[in-house]
Amino acid sequence: MAMNLKEIESMIKEALPDAIIDIQDLAGDGNHYSATITSSAFNGKSKIEQHKMIYNSLKGKMGNELHALALKTKEKNGPTN
Amino acid sequence: MDQQTKELIENNINTNEVCLFMKGTPDAPECGFSMAVANMLKILEVNFKSVNVLSDQNIREGIKKFSEWPTVPQLYVKKEFVGGCDIVKEMFENGELKKLFEDKQIKYKK
Repeated sequence: MAMNLKEIESMIKEALPDAIIDIQDLAGDGNHYSATITSSAFNGKSKIEQHKMIYNSLKGKMGNELHALALKTKEKNGPTN
Repeated sequence: MDQQTKELIENNINTNEVCLFMKGTPDAPECGFSMAVANMLKILEVNFKSVNVLSDQNIREGIKKFSEWPTVPQLYVKKEFVGGCDIVKEMFENGELKKLFEDKQIKYKK
């Protein structure tokens, strides 16, 4: 099973409306993605919390339909590391 | 998750200062993300216990619920969940991983 890029993007967007999302399909197989997500919702949260917010927005698909999504989260107006 | 699985996971985390739940073993990883984290620990010459989730289906599913984290690998340092591959990699690159080992008094290569 796989997920398409738009589907991932819209699910994240639904949970984090101000998110700037940059997703890439790494292998072109609809199964290995890499995403950089910038949102003010991350401000003041730990990396674990930030990544959990993304996983939660994907409603259980992560680790199931979606095999691999490499995540990089950034705070909006926060430090850009 | 049954009680036995929970105790098995807790026992691993409690008795090993650095504990990595991964797919395969450090010498024969069966997933690129697991390999990446194992390699970062090897580069820092950190002693760690690895738990191969592929050899126990209960642990494989249990660890996701235990950490409330949907993917493997998962790194624990002194009973604290550090993160998965992305977070550990970021911490490795920006020096935070060394700082964590320093703060937690774990031996690593400086």
